[in-house]
Amino acid sequence: MSMMDQPLLMTEGLGKSYGRQLGCRDVSFNLYEGEVLAIVGESGSGKSTLLQLLSTQMAPTAGRVCYRMRDGVTRDLATLGEAERRFLYRTDWGYVHQDPAMGLRMKVSAGANVGERLMAVGWEHYGRIRKSAQSWLERVEIEVGRIDDSPHTYSGGMRQRLQIARNLVTEPRLIFMDEPTGGLDVSVQARLLDLLRNLVAELGLAVVIVTHDLAVARLLSHRIMVMKEGRVIETGLTDQVLDDPREPYTQLLVSSILPA
Amino acid sequence: MNAPAYNFAYLDEQTKRMIRRAILKAIAIPGYQVPFASREMPMPYGWGTGGVQVTAAILGPDDTLKVIDQGSDDTTNAISIRKFFEKTAGVATTTTTSEATVIQTRHRIPEAPLQEHQVLVYQVPIPEPLRFLEPRETETRRMHALAEYGLMHVKLYEDIAHHGHIATSYAYPVKVNARYVMDPSPTPKFDNPKMDDCPALQLFGAGREKRIYAVPPHTTVVSLDFEDHPFERYRHEAPCALCGATDSYLDEVVIDDRGGRMFVCSDTDHCETRRADGHRGVQPEALA
Ligand SMILES: Nc1ncnc2c1ncn2[C@@H]1O[C@H](COP(=O)(O)OP(=O)(O)OP(=O)(O)O)[C@@H](O)[C@H]1O
Ligand SMILES: [Mg+2]
Repeated sequence: MSMMDQPLLMTEGLGKSYGRQLGCRDVSFNLYEGEVLAIVGESGSGKSTLLQLLSTQMAPTAGRVCYRMRDGVTRDLATLGEAERRFLYRTDWGYVHQDPAMGLRMKVSAGANVGERLMAVGWEHYGRIRKSAQSWLERVEIEVGRIDDSPHTYSGGMRQRLQIARNLVTEPRLIFMDEPTGGLDVSVQARLLDLLRNLVAELGLAVVIVTHDLAVARLLSHRIMVMKEGRVIETGLTDQVLDDPREPYTQLLVSSILPA
Repeated sequence: MNAPAYNFAYLDEQTKRMIRRAILKAIAIPGYQVPFASREMPMPYGWGTGGVQVTAAILGPDDTLKVIDQGSDDTTNAISIRKFFEKTAGVATTTTTSEATVIQTRHRIPEAPLQEHQVLVYQVPIPEPLRFLEPRETETRRMHALAEYGLMHVKLYEDIAHHGHIATSYAYPVKVNARYVMDPSPTPKFDNPKMDDCPALQLFGAGREKRIYAVPPHTTVVSLDFEDHPFERYRHEAPCALCGATDSYLDEVVIDDRGGRMFVCSDTDHCETRRADGHRGVQPEALA
């Protein structure tokens, strides 16, 4: 079995309770390289909780998350030291927040935002950092002439694209996204989704994306997980689940009777 | 002599011991900011209470103290700190760098090379070099602990992007002993190379922020930079108008009410010593 056939990310019996309040429970799945997994479900169903557990921003109260590191060794993420965990987070992973201000450094220029991860891994050549920042701005369709501008001067859609460039500059293999198209106008959303879809395919990224919007899930994801009250109630290929849902709850979601 | 109401050098022995422990820890971990229980001093924070507490903790009766502010021994701030220790510790004071055993400074490192028996005490307003980009204290502490210093280069990157060169000219960040990044604030970057491999002990006290850090004698201190934008010392391209020095840090001073200006050594003791030795600039009497 080649390395590519091994999962990139694995979870077993993953759960989190906030005291007596259940966040999510008994989540197990594998994610392979290049695979896009959408997590959908109504508000409060545990989507963000799960994403934070997967990305080690929060420790689970049950189960575990394992990840195949760049050296090919699969590690239980709970056993990583803080330095290793932070290094993983800013090199082989990306995290795209719904609110770009959470994922950007608003005090520095767009170029510095994109270059930050490179400097964090030891790049000390200004010209090379800048060149890399320029090429990533181009890839996310931001005019290179805006490289020295503050993200404050960017539109919502541009900020989101900048956040994506900032994450991709170290060529991560896995990206987490929490409602990346959340606060955007419909036309801006469409452009961002288009861009995301192309980048994900070109770069062969694995993605875990949380979304309320089933259209987003349909456009971007290969597989879908439907959550309700902290549990995964249905999972499968996105088209199959959306075209032919088995669970009554998913049927309601798909028929838009429930606000997702 | 000692004013009877005070303990030697104002602080009580208990407090001095506490500060000395912080100093020892700071020396053991060069560049690391050690928290300490900063005390109220009979002067405002802006006057360098951190430096004053460090000086008070290390001063002995045989010490000779020099105090400079912007390189000058004669500013209000320098004079009052000097007087404070004359009064509370009864120590000898001097303006001559080579005669001092303890030098408290706000902005400058003297031009005369420091020696092994000397201690340089810096008054520091803001000890945290990462704060500019990361205001969260919990996060900056973690960054120091894990030696995650990419953000310092983000700051330098911004400088070059906006000014074409590294425009930071004060509080220029350094890496100490190949480990901790430190803010030498608020000295001009001209002085940074003097910190490297310096024979004297360098102590930094931040009163309001309750931090002490240190560079032990003969420790490497490297100014951060980019391969293609290396660190550069900066001084005005001019000789000192008073003593003719071409290698000292200069201040620009206004000499009349018609907009006349000239450049003179910021280190007044250095300048006076040179003039006493017969060196002359183009306007040796201008400020007399
Ligand atoms: N910090 C917390 N303390 C206590 N309970 C929490 C906390 N965070 C989330 N919860 C609870 O855990 C459950 C799942 O919340 P979560 O934020 O994961 O849902 P979500 O699916 O992301 O919702 P939304 O779509 O509204 O963002 C909810 O019942 C929520 O109230
Ligand atoms: Mg959520």
